[in-house]
Amino acid sequence: MILFAEQTLNGLQLGVMLFLMAAGLTLVFGIMNMVNLAHGALYMVGAYLATFFFQETGSYLLAVVLALAGTLAVGVVTEVVALRTLYERDHLDQVLATFGLILFFNELIAILWGRAAIYSSVPAWLSGHLELVAGLRYPLYRFVIILIGLGVAVGLWYVVARTRLGMLIRAGASNRTMVAALGVNIRLLYTVVFGCGAALAGLAGLLAGPIYAVQPGMGELVLIQVFVVIVIGGIGSIRGALAGALIVGMVDTLGRAFLKPMLATVLSPTAADSAGPAIASMLIYLLMAVVLAFRPEGLFPASR
Amino acid sequence: MSEALLEVRALRKSFGALLATDGVDLQVREGETHAIIGPNGAGKTTLIGQLAGNLRPDAGSIRFLGEEITRLSAPARSKKGLARSFQITSIYRDFTTLENVALAVQSHAGHSFRFWLPARRDPVLVGPASRVLDEVGLAERKGILAANLAHGEQRQLEIAMVLATRPRLMLLDEPVAGMGTEESQRMVDFLGTLKGRQTIVLVEHDMDAVFTLADRISVLVYGRIIATGTPAEIRANPEVRAAYLGEDA
Amino acid sequence: MNRRTVLLIAVLGLLALVPPLAAAFNQPFYLDLLRRIMIFAIAASSLNLILGYGGMVSFGHAAYLGVGAYAVGVLAHHGIHSGWLQWALAIGGSALVALAIGAVSVRTSGIYFIMITLAFTQMLYYFGVSFQEYGADDGMRLAKRSQFAGLIDLGDATSFYYLVLALLALTLYLLHRLVNSRFGLVIQAARSNEARTRAIGLSPYPYRLAAFVIAGAICGLAGALWVNHTAYLSPEIMNWTRSGELMFMVILGGIATLSGPLYGTLALLLLEDVLQGWSALPKWVTEHWQLYLGVILVLVVLYARRGLAGLVGGRHE
Repeated sequence: MILFAEQTLNGLQLGVMLFLMAAGLTLVFGIMNMVNLAHGALYMVGAYLATFFFQETGSYLLAVVLALAGTLAVGVVTEVVALRTLYERDHLDQVLATFGLILFFNELIAILWGRAAIYSSVPAWLSGHLELVAGLRYPLYRFVIILIGLGVAVGLWYVVARTRLGMLIRAGASNRTMVAALGVNIRLLYTVVFGCGAALAGLAGLLAGPIYAVQPGMGELVLIQVFVVIVIGGIGSIRGALAGALIVGMVDTLGRAFLKPMLATVLSPTAADSAGPAIASMLIYLLMAVVLAFRPEGLFPASR
Repeated sequence: MSEALLEVRALRKSFGALLATDGVDLQVREGETHAIIGPNGAGKTTLIGQLAGNLRPDAGSIRFLGEEITRLSAPARSKKGLARSFQITSIYRDFTTLENVALAVQSHAGHSFRFWLPARRDPVLVGPASRVLDEVGLAERKGILAANLAHGEQRQLEIAMVLATRPRLMLLDEPVAGMGTEESQRMVDFLGTLKGRQTIVLVEHDMDAVFTLADRISVLVYGRIIATGTPAEIRANPEVRAAYLGEDA
Repeated sequence: MNRRTVLLIAVLGLLALVPPLAAAFNQPFYLDLLRRIMIFAIAASSLNLILGYGGMVSFGHAAYLGVGAYAVGVLAHHGIHSGWLQWALAIGGSALVALAIGAVSVRTSGIYFIMITLAFTQMLYYFGVSFQEYGADDGMRLAKRSQFAGLIDLGDATSFYYLVLALLALTLYLLHRLVNSRFGLVIQAARSNEARTRAIGLSPYPYRLAAFVIAGAICGLAGALWVNHTAYLSPEIMNWTRSGELMFMVILGGIATLSGPLYGTLALLLLEDVLQGWSALPKWVTEHWQLYLGVILVLVVLYARRGLAGLVGGRHE
């Protein structure tokens, strides 16, 4: 039971991080109609910058601020220099160009910090465990991630639903020519949206650093999971991103933790040993296939 | 009185709060040219969309050749003989004129799961396509890439593709849209040659074309048909004059 | 016969001359390199059917290289070395996998289709990697090359080379018939104008699904050739970056042209080789060649989209 609660929290933590990535990406998909594979690169940049600045300055909070600012800067520069022309192009061009960017970024990171994984640490005041309920001790750091993620979700909801920027975002999603005709600077809007997405990816990356491996190429593995999240949740909607992310986070974590023992009750130990992890790693994709079969537009697609 | 080829009953379609089609009743008889006119925003595009199979009505029924087709997909309707042309030219820009029409012929010449023989040289496809193009007046333009045709010629190509599918009913969405006076006249003349041989539902803004070609006219205002009758009846109808024709005719 | 076809035949002819030339100049490396290029050209050509002609941006095509390779590798591991059986399974298995994936994916389009095909490939990658018996993520050596009882010895570099060349030529010819057939025209029409296609009475889905399956099957063959070429079974062949490379091979050569993928593969793989290994380049280039490759690829997409075959005019072949 304790184990189950722990894994559920882990699932929530993974879900929340996937949400941070998915939120920015789904907005770029929905509003700018652009496929951006380089989103994973921004995640990687966030992780590396945070690790680097923490080591250099010794102050975790300063490192976080610098990492976010840095990722935002990288994102905006990339958008202005390389991605702007892609908004008008077809999806194939976008995929290929951002694919080229991935190669570029991965190698750039490798030049600066080498190909081996680097060690990213949690500051002392965030390490340790929380006693949530009697007998259930959970790492403080992971718990904080969950809180941050949910906080961001609420914040995003507020921005999209209640502010002028959010209104522009929603309007731009349904009719960008009209919005432009009304005198809104579409280019600026796009850059802002992209920048926000970049910052969120950077945040996900810097939070992920201490938990997952920090190495070149770390972004792409997460990115594919984020794609699954968006397909399940529906393109263009924050709500879909959250739902999809939590579902994927839970299914993946709980699957990896419990599928093998569950299979072991019906199969032989050796069979369960190989089938368990194999199926567990495929679980979210199978889930995606099921959702696609019944609701190809996702669970909460952005209404048009 | 010939049986209705196309029978639309109580068709209803809303987009959120907007009621685009508000209980439309329509009967189109075989061999007639039936025009649908109405002011902008009357819901003509939505109606065409539902007739052609691109939009699902919320309520009501559409019967074609005695069969219920309300839920049938657009390709299936085409296979049954309900062909449409588009208001905004929708052709294959990177194919030649002949290839465009040949594709239309192909879709109604058995299945297309043939993987070996070159289709562009197949006389079964090219022959009829060529003849249709001669008929509509594009005989000299067969080898030209469709993107390089003049606008009026592209509209002719739209019609050719409709004819090539040997339809039982032609649904023409503003066939003379964007055409100059001379071109429009040629198109109207051509459509006139089809009268009686083809059943045509014609959605048009150009009143000259409408009154020349139509056997009957239905007037669509705010999603409802307010009157159906011969051109003379419609012209004289006070409701129609008030709602639409105004100083015209 | 138009210009492009003549050029293609000339190029294939040149490729046929490579073995004797390589032997004469004692450069077996080129035999190996070009054989590798031709195998990928087969894979890229299969992708061209759905991506180039069909307009379906499939980001998961490398999956079929994997299925084909694993079909051969796994059978060999279990002592079944008949090339006929292995390659039949490679092709048939890939077709089945493509059918399964295509059944759910082909209905979607745009961004969804791209993400979904990528995700499914990743799923297959994880599936392949999970088998400890077959080497997990390290892969394993191929127990024995596919055996074709007296017909041909794949261990002989030259014979294998000519087999690959023959299969490439055969693939190109098959695709030529396919894209110009009724079926091929429907695929191209659906890409050119989907609304129009539906309006004349054709529903794109069954045709697209069939194209997807055919493309998968051909790529499965390429996978079988691949594992015989490297004599090593590695799940890296299904890496999603491989899918990206395949897409580049298609567009670099020129979308929707038959010869495009061959030129694109030549261009990309030769470029990679040059960046990595040309002694004339400084160390800071060759050691981090992916950086420069990335930049070049981005520039190509932004400024030179028509590809190489586009430079040699003409419409279809």
